[in-house]
Amino acid sequence: MSAEEISFIEKYDLLGCIQCGRCTGGCPVSMRTHLNVRRFMYDTQNEERLEELSERPEIWDCTTCYTCAARCPKGLEPLEVLIGLRSLQIEEGRIQPTVRDALESIFKDGNPWGSPRAKRLDWVGDLDVKVLEPEAEEVTDVLLFVCCTDAYDPRVMKVAQSLVKVLQAAGVDFGIIGEDESCCGSEVRRLGEEGLFEMCDEENVELLNSFNVNRIVTISPHCYNTLKKEYHGLRHPVLHYTELVAQLLEDGKLTLNKEIGKVVTYHDPCFLGKQNSIYDEPRYIITRIPGVEFREFDRCRERSLCCEGGGGKMWVESESKAERLAEIRVTDAKEMGAEVIAVACPFCLLTLEDATKVRGIEEEMRVADILELLAEAL
Amino acid sequence: MNGKPKIGVYVCHCGTNIAGTVNVEEVRDFAASLPDVVVARNYSYMCSDPGQALITEDIKNYGLNRVVVASCSPRMHEPTFRKTLESGGLNPFYLEMANIREQCSWVHEDPIAATEKAKRLLEAAVVKARNLEALEQKEVDVEPSCLIIGGGIAGIQAALDIADAGFKVYLVEKSPTIGGHMAQLDKTFPTLDCSACILTPKMVDVANHPNIELMTYSQVEEITGYIGNFNVKVRKKARFVDMDKCTGCGDCAEACRLAGRIPNEFDEGIGMRGAIYLPFPQAVPAKYTIDKENCLFLAKGKCGETPKCQEVCQAGAINFEQQDEIVEFKVGTIIVATGYDVFDARKKPEYGYGIYDNVLTALEFERLVNASGPTGGKIVMLERGKKKKKKEEEAEAPKVPKSITFIQCVGSRDKSVGNEYCSRVCCMYTAKLAHLVKDKIPDCEVTIFYMDVRAFGKGFEEFYDRVRREGVRYIRGNPSEIFRRGDKLVVKAEDTLTATPLEHETDMVVLSVGLVPRSDNREIIDILKLSQSSDLFYLEAHPKLRPVDTASDGIFLAGVCQGPKDIPDAVAQAKGAASAAMIPMAKGKVKVEAQTSVVNEETCRGCGFCVELCPFTAIELVEVNRQGWPVKVARVNEALCKGCGACVAACLSGSIQQRSFKDNQLLPQIKVLGVK
Ligand SMILES: Cc1cc2nc3c(=O)[nH]c(=O)nc-3n(C[C@H](O)[C@H](O)[C@H](O)COP(=O)(O)OP(=O)(O)OC[C@H]3O[C@@H](n4cnc5c(N)ncnc54)[C@H](O)[C@@H]3O)c2cc1C
Ligand code: SF4
Ligand code: SF4
Repeated sequence: MSAEEISFIEKYDLLGCIQCGRCTGGCPVSMRTHLNVRRFMYDTQNEERLEELSERPEIWDCTTCYTCAARCPKGLEPLEVLIGLRSLQIEEGRIQPTVRDALESIFKDGNPWGSPRAKRLDWVGDLDVKVLEPEAEEVTDVLLFVCCTDAYDPRVMKVAQSLVKVLQAAGVDFGIIGEDESCCGSEVRRLGEEGLFEMCDEENVELLNSFNVNRIVTISPHCYNTLKKEYHGLRHPVLHYTELVAQLLEDGKLTLNKEIGKVVTYHDPCFLGKQNSIYDEPRYIITRIPGVEFREFDRCRERSLCCEGGGGKMWVESESKAERLAEIRVTDAKEMGAEVIAVACPFCLLTLEDATKVRGIEEEMRVADILELLAEAL
Repeated sequence: MNGKPKIGVYVCHCGTNIAGTVNVEEVRDFAASLPDVVVARNYSYMCSDPGQALITEDIKNYGLNRVVVASCSPRMHEPTFRKTLESGGLNPFYLEMANIREQCSWVHEDPIAATEKAKRLLEAAVVKARNLEALEQKEVDVEPSCLIIGGGIAGIQAALDIADAGFKVYLVEKSPTIGGHMAQLDKTFPTLDCSACILTPKMVDVANHPNIELMTYSQVEEITGYIGNFNVKVRKKARFVDMDKCTGCGDCAEACRLAGRIPNEFDEGIGMRGAIYLPFPQAVPAKYTIDKENCLFLAKGKCGETPKCQEVCQAGAINFEQQDEIVEFKVGTIIVATGYDVFDARKKPEYGYGIYDNVLTALEFERLVNASGPTGGKIVMLERGKKKKKKEEEAEAPKVPKSITFIQCVGSRDKSVGNEYCSRVCCMYTAKLAHLVKDKIPDCEVTIFYMDVRAFGKGFEEFYDRVRREGVRYIRGNPSEIFRRGDKLVVKAEDTLTATPLEHETDMVVLSVGLVPRSDNREIIDILKLSQSSDLFYLEAHPKLRPVDTASDGIFLAGVCQGPKDIPDAVAQAKGAASAAMIPMAKGKVKVEAQTSVVNEETCRGCGFCVELCPFTAIELVEVNRQGWPVKVARVNEALCKGCGACVAACLSGSIQQRSFKDNQLLPQIKVLGVK
C-alpha cells in the first residue's frame, strides 16, 4: 500500500511545492467554487488522506485550464493531482452517471455524445469531402481531424462545415477519416480514466499513422493538444486550423471579399493559448477579415479567463451557484462594445453562447468560431 | 635526488569521512608491502599540524625522497602537502596524492569493495611517484597596477582601496557615469541612509584620486597576457563633447531640440532627457554626452540650421567630429565588477507589466520615490507614453495612489523563467519602499504579497518588525495575475494562511524584480574566459574559501556580477577582491605554473596544431636549426602555460609532454588502474 502512495508523492513531485499559492491565486474557479488546488498539493502528501480527498466534490470543478501549472514557480502541474484523485474515484467505480455515460459512449461508439458511429458523417451533408483510404498510394496534403463535438453537435457542426468551405476556397488538398474516426480522448484523460485514454492513444495513433498524409489539422484545441503532446508515436505533424489558415492568408492562397462590418473580440481558448502559446495566429486571421473592428479583452492572451468548458466539465455539474466565468466573459465583451465574440474551440463556443442566453443578450452578442466568420467573408 | 626511490605513504582517516568506509589499517599494510615504500602510516587528520609533522620527521629519519598522501582531492590539500615537503627539505613536486575520499569513501557504501578500490588508487599513486621529477617554480614580475571593470559601488570601493594603498588603478565604466545601480536608489535598507549621501562622495574621490585613471563611456576590447602582465585594450567611445572643455553647465541639455523627449535610462524610462545629457545631476564625471543613436545631427545629419547645443555652448566643447579612441596599457591584476540587470518583468506577462501604466518595477519605483528623481520624490500615478504638455498649468495635477501593492519574487525562485535562485535583496528593499510610502503618504494602504520573508542580514529582522508595525500589510501568497476592473488594478492571489482566494483591488502595483546576470555578460566572458555558475552569474574559484577569486590567476570578482547581494555584501566583497589583488602587486612577483608542457624539438613537425588549440596562447612556432636545416617547431612560453595538457593530448607526433604527467609517470599508473 505505502509503496503505491509514495509514488503519488513522487508522481506529482509534491515535495517540490513551496505552498506559494500562485496556483490557487491563478485558478479561475477558485473564487466561485470550493476548489483550492494548493491545499491539494499539501494535503495529498499525507498518504492516509488520499481516499478522503478523492471524495471531495470540488476536484470535479477543475477545468484543466492549466493556469495553475503555467504559473507554478517550481514547474509543477497541480491540476494533475486533481486528475490523479479523479482516477482513484474512477477506479473505485464511483462516478457521476453523466460522466459514466460519456465514457461508455466513447468506449462503444468513439464519441462522448451517445451517438452511433454511423452518424459521424452526418455533418458533411451535401458538401463534397474526400474520405481518406488507409495506406493509399497517393499523398493527401491535409488530414482533417474532426472533433466529436464538431461532428455531432448541431450547433458546432457549422464550424466544421465552414472549415471545409474555407479549405476548398483556398484549394487545399484534404480529406477526413470518416466513420472510423474516434474521440481523441482529451477529456477522457482529464476525467481520470487512464486506461481508456491509453486505448484512445494506441488505437488513434495506429489509425492516423495508416494514412498517407503530410500533416494533420485539428479543429478543436483539445484534440490538437492531445495529438501533439500526449500521444505516443504519432508520425505526422499536427497543426491547429488557425496555424494553417493564417499561413494560407499570408501566402495569398485565401482571399476574403465580403465585409463583416462588426466589432469583434477574441476569446483565447486555454488549450490553444495558455497550453500551446498560440496567440498570434487567431488575431492575424480576424484582423484580416474585411470590415472587422478588432478589440481586445482586458484579460487576454496569457491572462485570458477560462470559459469552464474543459476538463470534462461538459459532463459534470458544478455545485456552485456563483456567476459562471462564461457569463463574466460575455458581460465584459458587451461592456467594451463588442458585437461578436470570436472563438477557436467548440467548447468555448457552446459555453459562451449559452452564457449570452443566460444573460439575455443573445440578440446583441453573437458568439462564433473564427471559421464561421471566415466562411461568411469568402 | 637521484638514486633509488624511497617512498613514504600516508593514509588519512579524515575523521570518519574516509575511515568510516575504508579500512585504513588494511590500506596502510598494503602500502607497506609495495616495492620502494620504506614507511607507511595512517593518521586521523593528515592535514593537521601533527599529521604534517609525521611527514617531515620521516623525511629526515628515513631519508624519504618521494611522498604519497592518500586522502582528499588534491584540489583541497595539494598546496598544503607541497609546503610540507618543502619544509622537510624536499622538492614539493615529489608529492603524489591518491584521492580516496571524493573518489572512494564518499561514493561507495560497501566497505570491502571501497577498501579494495582505495588500495588500487594508492598503488597507482605509488608507481607514479617512483618516476616523479623535481620541478623548479619560476617567478615573474608583477605590474603594480589593476584594471577594474565596472564602476558600481563594488568597482568604486575596490578602486579606492587599491589606489589608497599606492597602486595605479584603471577604472573602466561602460556608461557615461560611475555609480551603477546604487546611484539610482533613494534610501538604503535597513538603516535608511540616503544612497546619494553615502555614494556621491566616493564617486568624487574616484574622480580626484591621483592613482585612479577613470575611463567612462568606455569598454574593454581585448586582454592578453597573464597574472602580473596583462595587456589591456580599451575603447573610449566618442561622446562628442570635449571632456577638457565641458564645464558641466548644462546649457546644451536645456537647448537640445529633443530635450525631454527621450526616456532616460537612469530614470528607468520614467523621466526624460535630451540627446545631449547628464544621466543625473551628481554624475561623475560631470561631463555631458551626446547619444548618437538619437541626436538629430548625428543620426539624421541635420538639426535645424545649426545644432542647438553647439549654438549655446559657451565653452565650445561640442565636437561632432570626435572619434572613438583606443588606449592600451599594462596591468598586473584585474577585478571584474560589472554588476547586474533587473529581471525583465515582461517575461511574466501575467502581471501586465508594459500593459498597465501603474504596474512598475521596483527600480522604477525607486526613481519615483527619489527626491532627485523625475517627480522630485512625489509618488504619483503614472501616465506613460503621454507627451508632456507644453505649459505646466495645462496639465492636471497627477493623482496620488491611495493603495500600493508589492509583489515579491518576480523573476526569482522561479523555474518557469529559469531563475531558481533567491535574489537576496528584494524582501528588504520592498520593506524599505513600503516604509517610504508610509512616510510620504501616511494614509496610503500598503500591501505586500510574499511567499517567505527572508530577513537574514544584520538589522534586517528588526527592520521588518518595524515596517509591519507601521501598518504595512503582509499577505502570505504569491499573486498569479493582474487585470483591470474599472480604474483599479486587481491582483489575483490567495491568502495562503487562511486559504482564501482573493481579488485585491489597488491603484498601483510594484513588482519586486530580482537581480539577473547582465544581458551583455558574454562580452567579459569572452575576453577573460570566465566561467559561469548554473545561475549564469560569474563563477568564483571556490564557493567558501575563494569567493573573490576566479579560476584564472590574477583575475578577481566583486559585487553582484558574482551573485545577488546587497550593498554591504558587495562592498565587503570588493574590499576582499581589492586585498586579494594587492597581494601579488605588493609581493611584486608571482610564481607561475611549474607543471608546464615541453616540446621535444627533435621530433616536432611544426604543424602548428597545438598553437591553435592552446586556450592560453602559450605556444608559438619558432625557427630552429636542425642538422643544418632551418625548421619550424613549437615552443611553449612557460609563463603563459597553465598546464592544462590540451596540447599534449592533441600532438600528432607525440612530441609534447607535460611535466609531472609524462608518459613514464602516467602509463604505469594507468596500468595499475586498468589491469584486473
Ligand atoms: C530596486 C532595488 C533596490 C535596492 N535597494 C537596496 C538597498 O536599499 N540596500 C542595499 O544594500 N542594496 C539594495 N539593492 C541592491 C544594490 O543595488 C546592489 O547590491 C548594488 O548596486 C551592487 O553593486 P555592483 O557594483 O555590484 O553592481 P552595479 O550597481 O550593477 O554596477 C555595475 C557597474 O558596472 C558597469 N558595467 C557593466 N558591464 C560593464 C562592462 N562590460 N564594462 C564596463 N562597465 C560595465 C555598469 O554600467 C555599472 O555601472 C537594491 C537593488 C534593487 C534592484
Ligand atoms: S504554484 Fe506550485 S509551488 Fe506554488 S503552491 Fe502551487 S503547486 Fe505549490
Ligand atoms: S487547471 Fe485550471 S481550473 Fe484546474 S486547478 Fe488548475 S487553474 Fe484551477
